[in-house]
Amino acid sequence: MLNQNPVWRYLVVVGMLLLALVYALPNLYPEDPALNISATRGGTVSEDIRAQIEQGFTEAGITTKAVELDNGQVLARFNSTEDQLQAREVASQLLGTNYITALNLAPATPDWLTSIGASPMKLGLDLRGGVHFLMAVDMKAALDKNLNDMVQTFRTDLREEKIRYRTVQADLANGQVQLSLRSVEDVAAAEAALKKRDRELVFTPGADELTVLVSISEIRLKEIREYALEQNITIIRNRVNEIGVAEPLVQRQGADRIVVQLPGVQDTAQAKEILGATASLEFRLVDEEGDLAAALEGRVPPNAELYYTRDGRPLLLEKRIMLTGEHITGASSAYDEYSRPQVSIKLDAKGGNMLSAATRDSIGRRMASVFIEYKPGTEIGADGNPVLVKQQEVINDATIQARLGRDFRITGISSPGEAQNLATLLRAGALIAPIQIIEERTIGPSLGKENIELGVTAIQWGMVAVLIFMVIYYKAFGMVANLALVANLILIVGVMSMIPGATLTLPGMAGIVLTVGMAVDANVLIFERIREELAEGRSVQQAIHHGYDRAFATIADSNITTLLVALILFGIGTGPVKGFAVTLAIGILTSIFTAVVGTRLLVNLFWGGRRVQSLPI
Amino acid sequence: MQVFNFKQSLNFMRLKWPAIVLSTLLILGSFVSFFTKGINWGLDFTGGTVIEVGFAQSADLPAVRQTLTAAGYGDAVVQLFGTSRDVLIRVPLRTDVDQSTLGDSVIKALNAAQSEAVTMRRIEFVGPSVGEELKEDGGLAMLVALIGILLYVTMRFEWRLSVGAVLALFHDVTLTMGLFSVLGLEFDLTVLAAILALIGYSINDTIVVFDRIRESFRKLRDTSVDDTINDAITSTLNRTVITSLTTVLVLVVLFYMGGALIHGFATALLFGIAIGTYSSIYVASAIAEILGISREDMLPPPPVEKEGENTDALL
Repeated sequence: MLNQNPVWRYLVVVGMLLLALVYALPNLYPEDPALNISATRGGTVSEDIRAQIEQGFTEAGITTKAVELDNGQVLARFNSTEDQLQAREVASQLLGTNYITALNLAPATPDWLTSIGASPMKLGLDLRGGVHFLMAVDMKAALDKNLNDMVQTFRTDLREEKIRYRTVQADLANGQVQLSLRSVEDVAAAEAALKKRDRELVFTPGADELTVLVSISEIRLKEIREYALEQNITIIRNRVNEIGVAEPLVQRQGADRIVVQLPGVQDTAQAKEILGATASLEFRLVDEEGDLAAALEGRVPPNAELYYTRDGRPLLLEKRIMLTGEHITGASSAYDEYSRPQVSIKLDAKGGNMLSAATRDSIGRRMASVFIEYKPGTEIGADGNPVLVKQQEVINDATIQARLGRDFRITGISSPGEAQNLATLLRAGALIAPIQIIEERTIGPSLGKENIELGVTAIQWGMVAVLIFMVIYYKAFGMVANLALVANLILIVGVMSMIPGATLTLPGMAGIVLTVGMAVDANVLIFERIREELAEGRSVQQAIHHGYDRAFATIADSNITTLLVALILFGIGTGPVKGFAVTLAIGILTSIFTAVVGTRLLVNLFWGGRRVQSLPI
Repeated sequence: MQVFNFKQSLNFMRLKWPAIVLSTLLILGSFVSFFTKGINWGLDFTGGTVIEVGFAQSADLPAVRQTLTAAGYGDAVVQLFGTSRDVLIRVPLRTDVDQSTLGDSVIKALNAAQSEAVTMRRIEFVGPSVGEELKEDGGLAMLVALIGILLYVTMRFEWRLSVGAVLALFHDVTLTMGLFSVLGLEFDLTVLAAILALIGYSINDTIVVFDRIRESFRKLRDTSVDDTINDAITSTLNRTVITSLTTVLVLVVLFYMGGALIHGFATALLFGIAIGTYSSIYVASAIAEILGISREDMLPPPPVEKEGENTDALL
């Protein structure tokens, strides 16, 4: 008999819907105002600290829902926003500057849902409020610096090779270095000598036979750009952590762009100040003769200054600065020949000379690296923002084993993680290609909330309008289509919650509304077809069978083309357009499933496989 | 219940020439408007700063303008946004001030002049290069979408239908942008998204009609091409109208309840869907007809003769 389905098909579809429903559930639970407490520079918070925080809250009379330690961070949940704000004060006084407290909204997903990995949909900044920056890295500056370095290096190299030159000049506009020599033989010798030292150099003859133009290969240019971008991303990541934002996003976009998203941040002025603040690095000799005990009591020797290491150990450093971070061109963590972690540092030519001169007479002494940066302090300035405080700390001190040059390494580091951290800090303190904000979008918290409410009401009323229309027009079959439509909405929300990368934005919500309107299209096609078949005098069962069969080819063709458009939108669009494309694509797929597979099962269940005289369509 | 119940096919193709003339005129009109009035590109495309602030009471726009002029932003455009308490301030790109801090200083100036502090609802700053790129990317997205559809329809149907479909899409996009140009409505990122969604919707409509045209060609023999197409359009007319109706229903809800940010999106789609429904009948089908589509093009390819088919089975 026509139009009957085995039971397992029902089970599969019901099972899929239940699964989507379960994963859509977390969206129904409200969010708790919460505090996110983490240690600076990738450190972890210990259980002791967690207990200390919890006790601090109790003493201050703040009731907490939970204070949990997770992934080396503490998450404290509260009943109200007032409690949350008060707790932030308490926590920052209690913990000082080594910990970051960030206001957060933590999803109150019940444990049984969390344990199966269910979580609510991620909301875009336009729905939750916050600030979005798009920054461009000034690649010209990075390349110019490289050219100037090349000039310095060539001069030293040629001098060492005893090749006499007239001039070595950087031609910044054309990205070349111009070498001018005294004889044709010297030109050849210089080319050979420089080529020997750096295989990536490209030589082209200049205006006359005594000049030669040197540029660097495409590969090297790309490396320089990548380095400048990566360095900026690293620095911004560190800074963003300082701002104290839960779930920040720092991501590269294209060849020279960085996207920064800070949910919940309202004060863009402060955020910009912190992101734009400069960190720097100084290398100084440790003053081992000075009286540390006296210095701690306030009697610092005249030629020295008192510093502290990251773990709070005091150290006297000479006032003279051997080298500043701007000469560092690279720092990376690696392993030495005994597989112990180390950090290799590369300097530019000038830096190499400076360090070489400074370390000539200091072999056997200790050299400290001091990291200097500006952080927002507790004091509030005239403009209502926290005053930036200069913070200096010794990130490493090591004994100078030999006279140091352009390439040197720091060994004796306790762990690979520590080496990586040190390399990051060294890079962060180096001079970088400057960045510029080229796009900024700030959404206030009230607007974000309003946008959600508007979106939800639009979806609700859009649904209601379509549901009523379908029942009036297609009667019982309209009810079937309506069930499919509701199932479709649950599937969209469930799938959006399951996919980690999917973010719901305002245009995304518009996409859902649009899908609701368009999703009934498949059912309209099928039902119209069934009516036609009935009008042509086919039996009820034949009409259902042919109606679905014939309509399916049309539905597939028309939806594949729409899906094509959604995929193109996703590939080319950015930000909100991408969000729209994601919901549109998901909506198309789920609507085919519910409108074709789902309604067929229901129609078969109610009217299929038995003697029916007419259909309520 | 049924909207249309025709005993006989309606003669749609009788009006194909007037329709084509009308569409051509509308397209020409749109282009004239693009060149004379231009398009009111939104911040996303031009670059500049937009600040949305909320006042506790109804905003006094002249006072706001005065405050801004005094603060050195005489070129700012001030208007209400959605409600009488929300004000939208647009400041064009300028070279003399740091754009990235402009939003904050405008709000500071407003707060200084106001007894009650205004609430910052939204600040958007877009640099000049970003806007240009967006125009290029948006144009590229449309172009790639059109080419993709052209290829898919040629593969699944026939090149004449494919040309008809793509011209219909071009028609829809041009007229929708034309409407925005003539009325001077702001063309922002959400409108771009709407136009791309419109491409998806309109092609959907066209494909449904094409599918039926193919079927009618196979079913009806000894019928003229015009009558076959008329038959196909008539039998899909119910579906075309119902689907457009539900979508329009939802868009009207979106227009009235979705908030001011989504107005442009809803407007573009509402107009576009009306145009798209018309074009899937009169532009896509009529062009395929004019290009000389015939039954032979639509018949299923003859079955490939299998080797050994005519020999007797061995067993």
